[in-house]
Amino acid sequence: MPDAVSLAVVYPDLLGTYGDGGNATILAQRLRWRGIPAEVVEVKAGETVPATCDAYVLGGGEDAPQTLAADQLIADGVLAAAVDRGATVLAICAGLQVVGRSFLAPDGRSRPGVGLLDCTTGRTAVKRAVGELVVEPGPDLNLPVLSGYENHAGLTTLGPTARPLGRVLTGIGNGNGDGTEGVVCGKVLGTYLHGPALARNPALADLVLGWIVGPLEPLDDSEAEGLREERLRAVRAASHEGGRKRWRLGR
Amino acid sequence: MAPKTLPVRTRTATTLGHAVASLSRRLGRGNGSVIGGRVLLAVDRHALGTLAEGHRAALVSGTNGKTTTTRLLSAALSSAGPIVTNLRGANMPAGLAAALGEGEPGALAVLEVDEAWLPAVAADVHPEVVLLLNLSRDQLDRNNEVRSLSTSWRRAIEDLPDATIVANADDPLTAYAAGSARRVTWVAAGQPWTADASGCPSCGGRILFASDGGWACDRCDLRRPIADVVLDGTTLVIAGQRLPLLLGLPGRANRANAAMAVAAASAFGVDPGVAVAALATTTDVDGRYRSLVLDGVPVRLLLAKNPAGWLEVLDIIGDNDGPVVVGINARIADGKDPSWLWDVPFEHLRGRFVVAAGERSHDLAVRLHYADVEHDREPDLRRAIAVAERRRPADGRVDVVANYTSFMALTASIADA
Repeated sequence: MPDAVSLAVVYPDLLGTYGDGGNATILAQRLRWRGIPAEVVEVKAGETVPATCDAYVLGGGEDAPQTLAADQLIADGVLAAAVDRGATVLAICAGLQVVGRSFLAPDGRSRPGVGLLDCTTGRTAVKRAVGELVVEPGPDLNLPVLSGYENHAGLTTLGPTARPLGRVLTGIGNGNGDGTEGVVCGKVLGTYLHGPALARNPALADLVLGWIVGPLEPLDDSEAEGLREERLRAVRAASHEGGRKRWRLGR
Repeated sequence: MAPKTLPVRTRTATTLGHAVASLSRRLGRGNGSVIGGRVLLAVDRHALGTLAEGHRAALVSGTNGKTTTTRLLSAALSSAGPIVTNLRGANMPAGLAAALGEGEPGALAVLEVDEAWLPAVAADVHPEVVLLLNLSRDQLDRNNEVRSLSTSWRRAIEDLPDATIVANADDPLTAYAAGSARRVTWVAAGQPWTADASGCPSCGGRILFASDGGWACDRCDLRRPIADVVLDGTTLVIAGQRLPLLLGLPGRANRANAAMAVAAASAFGVDPGVAVAALATTTDVDGRYRSLVLDGVPVRLLLAKNPAGWLEVLDIIGDNDGPVVVGINARIADGKDPSWLWDVPFEHLRGRFVVAAGERSHDLAVRLHYADVEHDREPDLRRAIAVAERRRPADGRVDVVANYTSFMALTASIADA
């Protein structure tokens, strides 16, 4: 019996507003269904992040708790050391901003991030990005079109050693004007996709799992694929409807 | 009809609003109170304050239990005189103005108020009592800062020095909001869902929860207030009495709602024993908790629209192991992002058969899949009940749990039948 793959949910009490804890449930179940034991550890704020987990999952959260989370992770130092050792990180929304180099706090001051992703995040001057987000992944990732829901005021710019997760087809994504979504550096993946991201995109879940355990047998994903396709259809229908409305207003 | 003592503008506004509402009703567009209220406020934007004059008022707000608590408080106060209250969750200024415009002069006003609208409504209505039930995540796409609601409530309450605030002492977010009040009745009503209160609403520190229900911030002096009224299982401890709560509504959450209602009724001078007896007669709140035979299937209808509400509903439906139909929509009134389904411990339903229904049945089916819950998917709620019926034990029933617009569609389809 191999050792169980251990997955840490980092500070669900600070970074858990949008159901992103589901990503850890999904990763663990997809391992178990393939006969690989998996355990999920919840690390609450104030607790020390365990050093030996195979993967760390961070979710979205409100502004003030996000700053608290970044400060604690920097002081704790474990997460950065784990990535140096080869651990995988999946960071969603506020989580992405926290593990970047810096982000803008609500008081307008720039705050340091953990520095696992080569990116910096400002705040949008226009309205908050809220709605369905559709992403065409980078060709080397070998993934189908990704679906999710975004809800953030971040404006994320990639540094020279980062690459985006993909290109925005519908929605805002990184929001810096270059049409990109998400940030990937080695085995650290950040994205603005909620839903949760891995519920709607089983192939993305297996990409992350592949980084942890290597090649994987396929699973029956008809239900999750059904959800992804339904969401993509809904976005197409809405943009069609939006086009018609604009046309009517233009008359 | 609008009483003669009102200013001409308000009287005209009320008459017009009333006419539009009854037209809307006759056209079959719902009960008309929202559209009627909008017309009313468009003609006289101060109408809410004017119409509230002469009414002693209680405002009821919170994420969960607003409608039920409003109904329970109306029942508890029934011995004190005529009541005017808003119907069917029309809980923003338009709905409130419409309700007050149709109320008897001098009637006690018991008003359910949307969480975000509470400060504005309180400033207009000058309530005698305000009930703060709980705050938690709801409608993720809009309320991304639940703690800021607590802060805005606190400011609104500072401006109500003469009001009695009846607040849940077990929820840090309501406790902080009520902390600025001169007169508070603290009710230990419970709040099993704590995930939205781990950041201190006062200083941003961490709230630590003890297993006995106590809580305190690790940085500032915010801590659980000493309760004046305690819900102890099925017993209400109030004013030195221990009153058994025999309710017509199921579950812990409704005993909490009843505790808040009795505490508020007592602030209006109604004896707690009289209040408890009066609210026991409430058995159905706009179709919620209702048991009936639908298309030949014995069903019980429940509303759950967010993770905190689901925790309470899982407690209620844990009384049997029959099939469950769950209806999930993601319209504006539900919040357009149903990611919160992943914050609900659907794993509790393992061993039961679940039918995923509603416009977002796919999202729910995937959630149930990962929870290892045996399930089927049928978007149409009435047909989903038929699917569940095949797995119903002979003497059992089907529990139907739906979120807001899914529930409304179901009750409307029953009313039309």
